[in-house]
Amino acid sequence: MTANTEIFQLLPHLVIGVGIVLSVVIEISTKKSESILPWFTILIFVFAGAHSIINVYDYQILFGGMYAIGGVTAIFNFIFTIGAAIMVLNAVDYIKKSKMNFGEFYILVQSSVLGMMLMAGARDLFMIFIGLELMSICFYVLAGINRSRMGNTEAALKYFLLGAFATGFIVFGIALIYGTAKSTSIDQIVFAYEYFITDVLFLTGLALFVIGFLFKIAAFPFHMWVPDVYQGAATPVTGLMSTTGKAAAFSVLIIILSAVFTQNITNNFEILFAVIATLSMLYGSIVAIAQDNLKRMLAYSSIAHAGYMTIGLAAGNIESVSGIIFYLTAYAFMNLGAFGVIALIEGSNEENLDINSYSGLNSKSPILAGFMALFMFALAGIPPMAGFFGKYYVFVASIKADLTWLAIVGVFSSAISVYFYLRVVVYMYFKDSTSSIIIKNSFTGLLAVIISGLLVLVFGILPDTLFSIITSVLSY
Amino acid sequence: MIEQYLPIILVLVVAAVFAAAIVFSSRLFGPQQPSKIKIMPYESGKDPVGSTHERVSIKYYIVAMMFIIFDIEVIYLYPWGVEFRNLYNEYGFFAFWPMLVFLIVLELGFLYIYKKGALKWD
Repeated sequence: MTANTEIFQLLPHLVIGVGIVLSVVIEISTKKSESILPWFTILIFVFAGAHSIINVYDYQILFGGMYAIGGVTAIFNFIFTIGAAIMVLNAVDYIKKSKMNFGEFYILVQSSVLGMMLMAGARDLFMIFIGLELMSICFYVLAGINRSRMGNTEAALKYFLLGAFATGFIVFGIALIYGTAKSTSIDQIVFAYEYFITDVLFLTGLALFVIGFLFKIAAFPFHMWVPDVYQGAATPVTGLMSTTGKAAAFSVLIIILSAVFTQNITNNFEILFAVIATLSMLYGSIVAIAQDNLKRMLAYSSIAHAGYMTIGLAAGNIESVSGIIFYLTAYAFMNLGAFGVIALIEGSNEENLDINSYSGLNSKSPILAGFMALFMFALAGIPPMAGFFGKYYVFVASIKADLTWLAIVGVFSSAISVYFYLRVVVYMYFKDSTSSIIIKNSFTGLLAVIISGLLVLVFGILPDTLFSIITSVLSY
Repeated sequence: MIEQYLPIILVLVVAAVFAAAIVFSSRLFGPQQPSKIKIMPYESGKDPVGSTHERVSIKYYIVAMMFIIFDIEVIYLYPWGVEFRNLYNEYGFFAFWPMLVFLIVLELGFLYIYKKGALKWD
């Protein structure tokens, strides 16, 4: 009977759910849906994001332990919705330019965001799985939304085949966890984690589950799909996949391993995560040096960033969780901004993605060059930007967990990554223009870049605004 | 515990060995005089025409996918309809509205397919 009223606690989810249905109605009832849907989508995203962040201290468990709202979930919902809103704002002109102006694009973005929100709030393995599937299937379709492009179709097929394979790992892991823990409730699993973890079958199930999500965050041994998919998919879609998709997968990893973070239990996965983090950071940073295509370079940098965040999982204390969440927020906005600039400079048929197209950009469009430089500095982790504090909090957490060597590897890897990030800046400011690219004016695209740039600066100059919310929320 | 399954495993092994032995012994010892008619796919039937790898029009897949919509609808509606009296006694009209919402969402999907022209056969 209580479910009758509990459903209204999920207002952001309901708004997006009703929004998806209404978007379908708009899509089939008017010919002008392409000009209504983006604004409608942004409106519901901004509402859901604002509602989540206002009610961040209102932590509740609903539906008999199936679902949680408020707390960390609210911060994740904020990342998903605001990130997706920025991406939609950026995509309005991009998808017109590249002739894939389907109203379905916005419906799929809404559905994938709803899936992410379900993942972040889920306190039951089946809820996690439903959210994961909703998000992944929408991403597979979004990666291939432009059917006429070969690269798009290739990206969608590769993502689908490998993603489905990883989903298989997750399902098998859930089966083993359920078989040993006799429950799919995460609260129960976390409660008796210390007892279960001695069971080899439970450990195997948990490892399979974690491997499936390491695939989704693009960590090192499971990264094979990343460069091709990120390069082939439409640029704003890549931005969405690499930021909010990664945040959603991390939200699940944090929840399933929360016993390690909150109670004083030995982290069985410490070595595993430490090795994966080291390899991801070094592999991503070193291979990105050789890339001339900017989207491919950011794909490898995304592997490296997954490595930095995995340091937090290896450290396994409460500071590392807040570090990961701060890092995810910062990474979401700086990466969305970088992909936003790329989307603005990109031609109508996947041209101008090469680094040579950026030579002398400062003389053509000082605003775009300035923001690109800002995002590159932020991704490299240079102090006044948010990226620095993301890395700082994660490294501090790893030092507290006696993993100083991991922090040193992280700093070493960031030093390598400065080379390829700053190479773009050097091309933009210190080289003469060699290509004759024409940058189409796009007010909404520029607005999206400016908003993400401002957020990166705000979280960089005043990191405590966000960090204090995260730490106070994590205390329960 | 695991020993109880030993007879089943034995039966499986014996069956597999026996079947393999029969098939291979007839291959080994039987006389083989193949002729053109004998090795045709349907020895006493109609002569095969054309390739078997024919492409099926994509329209059939769309119809098959739409069939799934109604399949799911029936799967949910049937147990709900059977149990509705009990649900109504326990929850009142709260037992009714969720199914209505479900049906609206489902039929909207169908309307979307219809409006997009997926049902046009030509």
